[in-house]
Order: sequence, then C-alpha cells, then structure tokens
Amino acid sequence: MISVHHYLLLSAILFSIGTLGVLTRRNAIVIFMCIEVMLNSVNLTFIALSKHVGNMDGQVFVFFVMTVAAAEAAVGLALMIAFFKNKESIDVDDFNMLKW
Amino acid sequence: MDANLVQEAIQNVNLSAIMPSLVLSGFGMVLLLVSVFSPRGKTTHVAWLSFIALIVTALVSLGSWNNPQAGFAGSVVLDNFATFFSMTCIIAAGLTILMSDGYLKREGYPVGEYYTLVLFTTAGAMWMASGTDLMTIFLGLEVLSVSLYVLAGFFRDQTRSNEAGLKYFFLGAFSTGFLLYGVALLYGVTGTTKIAGIAEYVQANPATTTNIMFVAGGLLLLTGFLFKVAAAPFHMWTPDVYQGAPTPITAFMSAGPKAAAFAAFIRVTIIGLDSMQADISAVFWILAVLTMTIGNFVALGQKDIKRMLAYSSISHAGYALVGLVAWNEIGLTGIMFYMLVYTFMNMGAFAVLVLIGKKGEENLTIDGVAGMGYKRPVLAIALSIFLFSLMGMPPTAGFAGKFYIFAGAVKAGYIWLAVLGVLNSAVSLYYYLKVMVSMYFKDAEEDFGWVSMNAATAISIVIAIVGVLVMGMVPGPFMEMAKLAGF
Repeated sequence: MISVHHYLLLSAILFSIGTLGVLTRRNAIVIFMCIEVMLNSVNLTFIALSKHVGNMDGQVFVFFVMTVAAAEAAVGLALMIAFFKNKESIDVDDFNMLKW
Repeated sequence: MDANLVQEAIQNVNLSAIMPSLVLSGFGMVLLLVSVFSPRGKTTHVAWLSFIALIVTALVSLGSWNNPQAGFAGSVVLDNFATFFSMTCIIAAGLTILMSDGYLKREGYPVGEYYTLVLFTTAGAMWMASGTDLMTIFLGLEVLSVSLYVLAGFFRDQTRSNEAGLKYFFLGAFSTGFLLYGVALLYGVTGTTKIAGIAEYVQANPATTTNIMFVAGGLLLLTGFLFKVAAAPFHMWTPDVYQGAPTPITAFMSAGPKAAAFAAFIRVTIIGLDSMQADISAVFWILAVLTMTIGNFVALGQKDIKRMLAYSSISHAGYALVGLVAWNEIGLTGIMFYMLVYTFMNMGAFAVLVLIGKKGEENLTIDGVAGMGYKRPVLAIALSIFLFSLMGMPPTAGFAGKFYIFAGAVKAGYIWLAVLGVLNSAVSLYYYLKVMVSMYFKDAEEDFGWVSMNAATAISIVIAIVGVLVMGMVPGPFMEMAKLAGF
C-alpha cells in the first residue's frame, strides 16, 4: 500500500535533486530544467496532500503553478536566446560582466 | 451542479475587491495595442497614457480607503493595509514612467511594451499587497516577477542587461520553488492556504507549532520572501541585477516590488505565523543585523554608483526587517512609513543618475561625478538631498523613517538591535558622503555638457524632493495614515 508518506518522500527527494542541480550545474538550460523539477516536486506534494487532507485547494494550486511555470519558461528561454546571441554561450560561468 | 452553490460562488466574487488592479491591467492591455499601432520609435504618448492609467488607478484605489472589501471567498482583501502599499507601488511606478521616456530614447530603445510591463508589474504588486490567501500572493508575486525579468533584461543587445535579466530570472524562479514548497507543507498540515485559516488551525491545535512539517513549511516560505526582499544571506542577486538593469527599472525594483514583497511578508508573518513569533523574531534579529552590516560594509568599497545604491538598498531592507523583529504597532507602521519614504528618496537619487548618465552609463561612478557640484549645481543639490535622506539626516524623511523603526525596536526591548542599526547608519555616512565629496571637492574633468534637462525626469525629481522634505518635516499625518492601515 502506497501512503501519503511515500509521495512526500519522493517529492522531497525530487526537490533536493532539483536544488542540488541548480547549485552545481553550469549550463543555463540544465539549471532551468532543475528548477522545473523543483516546481514539479512541489506539484506532487500538493496533489498527494490534497488527497490526504481531503479538499481540492491543493489541486487547484497545481494548475496555477503549472500556468506560472509555463509563463516563466517563455520568458526565461527568451532571455537565454538574447544572451546567446550576444555571447554565443549559455554557460553560467560566462555571466561575468557584473561582479564586485 | 447545485444552483445554490453557483449562486454563492458568484456572490463571493465581488469584483470591487480587485478593482484597482483590474483597472490597471485593463489599461495595460489597451496600451499594448496602442503601442502596436503606433509608429516605430514614437513612445511619448504611450508613456503619458500609462501615467494617466496610474493616476486613475490611484483614484480608484484611494476610493476604498476606510472601506475594506473582501472578495473571491476571502482570498483577496482590499483593506487600508493593501491600499497603503498599493499607493506606494503606484507612486514608484509613476516616478519610473516619468524618468523613462528620455532615458529610453537616449539608450536607443523607444519601445512601448516597456510601459505596459511596468503597469503589469504594478498590478501584480497590488495583488500581492491585497492577497490573504497564499495562492493569491503567489500569483501576484509571479505576475510581478515575470514582468520584472523582462524589464531587467530589456536592452536585449546589451550583454549587461541580458545578464541581469537571466540572473534575476534564475534566482527568482529558484526562490519561488522554496516559497511554493513551504506553502505545500503548510497546506498539508493545516488543510488550507488561507492565511487566516492557517492561524485559526494553529490556535485550535497548539501542538502544530512543534510539528516538523509545519515548522519546515514556515521556514521555507519565509526563505522565499527573504529572497524577494533581498535580505542577507539571500541578497547575492541584488547588486548584479540592480547594476545591469535599465536605471529606471533598478529604481522601480528597489522601491515598488520590494514594498509589495514586504506587504505580503508582513501579512503572512504577523497573521499566519503568529504562533511562531518568538522563533521568527529570534531568527530575524540575526538576519536584520547581518543584512544591515553586509549591505553597508560592502557598499563602502563600491566605485559604481548604481552598484553602491544596490548594496545600500540591501542595508535598507535590513532596517525594515528591524521593524518586523519588533513585531509591535510602531514597528509595523514604521516599516510602512519607511517603504513610502524609501520610494521617494531612492527613486529621486536614481532619477538624478538617469539624467547625468551618458549612453551606456559607463560614467556613473564616484569619479564620474567629480566636480558636478559646480557644473550642474541644481542636480548636485538634488542628489545631495536624496543622499542625506538615505543616510537618515534630519530634517529629511529618511530620519523620520529610521526613527520610527528603531523606536519600535526599543519599545519591544530590542535595545541592542536599535544600537546596531544606528551604528550601521553611521557606517553608511561614509559611502554616501564619498559621492558628495567627489561632487563638491574634486575638480571637474568633464563639463557635463551632455546632460540635457528632460521635463518629465525633472518633474519626477521635484516630486521626490517634495516627498522627502514634506515627509521629513511633518511626518505626523503620514504616520497617522500608516497607523490606520495597520492591523
């Protein structure tokens, strides 16, 4: 029997993988994918808890999260293309114009 | 579906609770079309139309002062608190638009969408200030953030601006992940995303405060907010983004959206997480000191004025956190007053920078303003007034703002926090004065001949000066308003 704990554990693992990925990866697209993993682990948490708690609020929240993630993806990819056009790279080590 | 249920749902909507942001979004969408049908490079009329949109929104917004409206089954409330912060954001957006027209033309990007995005950001900020459900706050936050990502990276041929936009985007989306995970965990424990509902649940079940899931959820949620208000140790994105973004947008980001983030922050902590007050105050005590100190000390070594003001804005977020640590009426009204004051003084300083910058803004350094006091005396005096206010010198508004916040901390018994705050203000004198020394005591290397007075930007500077001086000399009425707007 799979209980709510299993879902929560899975989503916690996914969230950690996403966070670690954001912190360690150097390619902007991969970092963006890791952020999406984080958001989707949150979605999984919401759905599992919605079932557990017994109301629909969590599932409604998931729709909003997905919508927002789609909007963010559009803007984020556009920014990456603009950066690539100028620098021919999307490696975060090349984000080096602005510092100290 | 049950007819009664539908009836009830319709009654619950109450559009008047979101009227200000609705009006603003409507104007924004119309302006998008207007800018599509305008000839290329002609944006002055779009700028003025968006300014009119903000004035209309301000009037609608003020109409609900002392007349609270709840809507959407209690997930949006247009109370005095929301109206106060909405007005702060509207003022910030108005000043931004005034200083943008000349700036965009100089930098070679006269594009109408810019103004629409500023309006959408403001609508998101207002939504955030009036949200009483974590869902509404999240949506407002995202409307605000996504528009700001675009605005920060608006100069798409400049690598600097691209980089600012991307950095802001990555760290913003990253922090949203934390915020959402916190919301999910709180929802799992309490079964609701309504702020008041969470508080009620905890009151009915006191054992919740030791529930690891509840505590973790609360901390993750607060982490998300701390990212947004740029408090240490989550401030690393701020200097880069503020330096690379177009200057009027930097000014806007440091005032309007930050005020909105503080509004949601205050509502969530004071109402929703009231049960964790002792722990939160203890953590914020450390974070406030850390934020003030890091902001001020790193600012000491900066040469670029925009970057220096970015660090100064971090330290000002620290001062505002002091009010939150105090967790009493005077501290909270202090934050509200301070956010309003900060809008005027910081945006005024940036407006002067907008005027004296050359194309590309390479000259906005401490050495770049050398001798400006004699070549451009009026602008130099204006910049000095804003810097004095940022330092917290009487009789400017910055003094009154800091005074109320530290008074709140002392009243709550956090004497040392207030002492550290005042010491920090003393440290900040050094880097603000460095700009003035350069302006008045160094020989001019350039004649500042490129500075052309732009009427709209000049108006924004005048408004900001009036705001700083009036609120500094007669802070009473504004404090009264902030008090009425408190909980």
